[in-house]
Amino acid sequence: MEPRVKKKVLTVDDSRTMRDMVSFTLRGAGYEVVEAADGQAAMTAIAASKVDLVITDLNMPVMDGLTLIRKLRAIPAHRSLPILMLTTEADDSKKAEGRAAGATGWIVKPFNPDKLISVVQKVCG
Amino acid sequence: MDDLSRFKQTYFDESAELMAVAEAGLLRLSPGDVDMDEVNAIFRAVHSIKGGAGAFGFSELVAFSHEFETVMDELRNGAIPVTTDLIDTLIRANDLLGQLLGCAGDEIDPPPGLTDDTVAALRHALAANRTGDPPQPVAESAAPPASATPDDEDDEAGIFGDALAAIHAARADDDPPGTGSGTADRVRWTIRFRPKSDLLLSGNEPAYMLRALRRLGEADIHCHLDDLPALADLDAELLHLSWTITLTADASVGRDRIDDVFEFVADDCDLQISADAPLPAVVEPSAPAASAAPPPPARTEPSAVPGPPAAQTTTTPATTSPATAKSDGAKTDGPAKPRSGNSGGDHGGLTTHTIRVDLDKIDRLVNMVGEMVITQAMIAEHLRDLPPGQFQELQEGLEQLAQHTRELRESVMSIRAQPVSSVFSRMPRLVRECATMTGKEVLLATSGENTEVDKTVVENLVDPLTHMIRNSIDHGLEGPEERERIGKPRAGTVHLSAQHRSGRIVIEVTDDGRGINRAKVLSKAIEKGLVQPGASLTDEEIDNLIFLPGFSTADQVSNLSGRGVGMDVVRRNISALGGRIGVYSTPGEGSRFVLSLPLTLAVLDGMVISVGEERFVLPLTNIVESLRPKPVDLHGLVNKCDVMMARGEYVRLVYLHRLFGIPKAVDDATRGLVVLVETEDGSRLGLVVDEVLGQQQVVIKSLESNFRRLDGVAAATILGDGRVALILDVAGLREMSRHSGDSDRARPTATPTPALAGPSPRQRQTV
Amino acid sequence: MSMSSSMALATVGGSRSDALSLNGTEDQYVSFTVGTEEYGVNILAVREIRGWTPESRLPNLPDYVRGVINLRGIIIPIFDLRARFGGGKTEVTKRHVVVVIQVGERTRGILVDAISDILAIGPDAIKPPPDVDSGLIDAEYLSGLYTAENRMVTLLNVDKLFANEHGDHQDPVDSRAIAANAATP
Repeated sequence: MEPRVKKKVLTVDDSRTMRDMVSFTLRGAGYEVVEAADGQAAMTAIAASKVDLVITDLNMPVMDGLTLIRKLRAIPAHRSLPILMLTTEADDSKKAEGRAAGATGWIVKPFNPDKLISVVQKVCG
Repeated sequence: MDDLSRFKQTYFDESAELMAVAEAGLLRLSPGDVDMDEVNAIFRAVHSIKGGAGAFGFSELVAFSHEFETVMDELRNGAIPVTTDLIDTLIRANDLLGQLLGCAGDEIDPPPGLTDDTVAALRHALAANRTGDPPQPVAESAAPPASATPDDEDDEAGIFGDALAAIHAARADDDPPGTGSGTADRVRWTIRFRPKSDLLLSGNEPAYMLRALRRLGEADIHCHLDDLPALADLDAELLHLSWTITLTADASVGRDRIDDVFEFVADDCDLQISADAPLPAVVEPSAPAASAAPPPPARTEPSAVPGPPAAQTTTTPATTSPATAKSDGAKTDGPAKPRSGNSGGDHGGLTTHTIRVDLDKIDRLVNMVGEMVITQAMIAEHLRDLPPGQFQELQEGLEQLAQHTRELRESVMSIRAQPVSSVFSRMPRLVRECATMTGKEVLLATSGENTEVDKTVVENLVDPLTHMIRNSIDHGLEGPEERERIGKPRAGTVHLSAQHRSGRIVIEVTDDGRGINRAKVLSKAIEKGLVQPGASLTDEEIDNLIFLPGFSTADQVSNLSGRGVGMDVVRRNISALGGRIGVYSTPGEGSRFVLSLPLTLAVLDGMVISVGEERFVLPLTNIVESLRPKPVDLHGLVNKCDVMMARGEYVRLVYLHRLFGIPKAVDDATRGLVVLVETEDGSRLGLVVDEVLGQQQVVIKSLESNFRRLDGVAAATILGDGRVALILDVAGLREMSRHSGDSDRARPTATPTPALAGPSPRQRQTV
Repeated sequence: MSMSSSMALATVGGSRSDALSLNGTEDQYVSFTVGTEEYGVNILAVREIRGWTPESRLPNLPDYVRGVINLRGIIIPIFDLRARFGGGKTEVTKRHVVVVIQVGERTRGILVDAISDILAIGPDAIKPPPDVDSGLIDAEYLSGLYTAENRMVTLLNVDKLFANEHGDHQDPVDSRAIAANAATP
């Protein structure tokens, strides 16, 4: 289902390749995508423009993904902002840690584009 | 595939950068001196290379970088020590990573056994610090480690390149699956979904999950409202709803697909999923819903507006939309009221033609219309930049939009319109009080009290009307004895009237008193230095002297109207609202004060001008004309200011950029433009500006609500490009220019032009 | 019309503020940088944070009053924090950020270099600024100093910071003046 009003997704990853892939996949599915290379840049991007979903890597320089999630959840306006963590760690401890920090869900790398789209649809329409 | 090669190129470029980072970091690493930031950076570099490799299906690269990454991870966790041997191994590993990347780039298989030695060394490094964890045989490394490639079966196919086409397919795949495949066996699932109340705080949104279910097949969604608290107890951030979903899907849709929908909330909800027996194949593909679904309810999108419990009880469950308590609607809207169509029956034929609407709602509407006017101006501005002759339809469309916007604005404004009777009705009491205090007998007559005007204008009428009526009774009307003596009825009459005239509201206060004592006014004005002795003024000009600032006829001060607030204040207040006031008087017969105001204070017809890089709006009501003077028209006046001959009169020039300190503006009036403006007391000024950009209706915005009043500025507005422009206050500009060291007016004597009563059409010339 | 979208950070006042502090005693602060200095304001006062958009200048005001912008249909003034603290007018770029603050009924924007953090600060962690008596620092608008890791964050009292630019100056041509005067017997 094509979103009626383009939802804006922020992809946060220090890997340009990963950002590119997420962007390409989601733009193809009708989303608007903005990018940030670390948690700090993501905070600024979120401050500067309204985003509907954050997809964040966990291992990043400057500010890692879990810290980003915790900081966002501390801000009242972002308490129910969907945040997906994108990670190669498929183990449950990372998922649990992410959930505790306030992540909405997770996507395991490498991702299948269909799977990415369906997960994104599941959390932000 | 182009898309894929594009990503590969990005990947190889980025990997080369990352390898350089890792190498530099490794070379700086030494056993005694471990910089954790450095170690982290190396870890991230390897990690990123692995992540990308996984996406492209470079399995050797994934396997090897995983070994590398694991050691780096342990290293950064401090689980294994940094030794010279280890550093050598890591540098070798980094080199190998480069070789593997090269192979992947050339699409060739790496030589067999290439990485074996290094993998062994890496594992050895890990094992060295662990007991009972012997190194595994190197041969196993050919298979990617389990944790590098997730075990979900649908992620096995998660190789990016294989699935690019699926992206495009996904876009076309809007129809829920299942509707088209009529002959397949179908399975009916019953799903009970009861989320915990704080589900929303994790960013999960049931509405989207329900929508995801819809993508799997036919979903009948029934929302349970039993746990919904009373509106007063409702916490908008908590969820009190649960759902039962009957999903009819193709047999190919497995339980895992349904579980998947609830993947992220599995720990935050009660979830029961059960499958009924497979349904027989649907024979008629054209009507799958009717035959497959139980009682076919009207299906609505999962809207997010739960009504209050009371309203919901009247709704049949089958048509209830799934709802979440999170919606904005729940926060802002009060209890849903029955629609007028339904309630009409309750009143048994009694139809009401009015509804009560909260003022805030109307104000919001007015604001939105204001925004629309601005947006439309913005579009028009962009359209002007397009080559002319093209985009004909767009042009026409915009004109229609402009027309509709105008009508919409008028309709909305008419909602806010109020009859002036709400102000007029306060006046009898005022008249009675004034009559008592002055010992006069007064009759008040009103007419036109049903004339409608914007509510903000109505509010702003109270003070000036109060003042004018007091003034009429106090100064205008004679006492009863005197009236009797001169053959007038004992009781004086004050007539208050309102009417619409050329898009403005005109209010008149007429009395049948003695009229303005011109000799007294003139001598007072001379005494105050407002008029030069010996000046010859018309009767009308003398009457209007009472509006001049500083005019206060001290011996006329009485109990009622004197108090230092003269008619000049009334005039200034009215002109601040874009209004005008004037007086007409006949000695012995009475006076008539005429006040005119725009019908709304929300919009204003203005002229947009530019000075330097700034733009300003001048109210059209102030503008007489704009012209470009020739050098011969300009004169210096005692080296103090410039004056200009315009329409047979000298007017003083005021350079807006000097007054406002604006850089990069035109300083030579013959190169810029002079906008001839007239203030409410009739005096004229020539405002020197760079350019006149055009006439435009602007929405008046307050500068004071978030900041403060500024000299020379009446208000602000938003232009088509979204930028703010200040609306100029011409009378204020004149005051400023007097104080800024310029000389007084060019004309030594005040010869006010007849004050304006009501709208007087004036010639305008747009350059 | 708003040229760049932005997002509400906090609903000021009301019941949400109660739910806000995570452990009751800590307050949340948004911190931002101006040059090498870091400042913080209470998150309850922060209405939103938005990218810089060009402002329209206002005549005859000190240089720290940069001008006004259109915030979704309302006009708000923009103050330059660097200029306010004597550092000269900020050379703005697209990366600069405006912190939109609500004080009472009034909304205003403060131009800063960048947002740096969201901090949870307990009252005990706030140290008084030194030398406030010397007149070197105007303590009016400083509510204290806080150490975040090894950075010093100056906490600002936004009510006081631009108090002299409040609109409370009495205008003689105010309609209230008529009413007030007319009401005097």
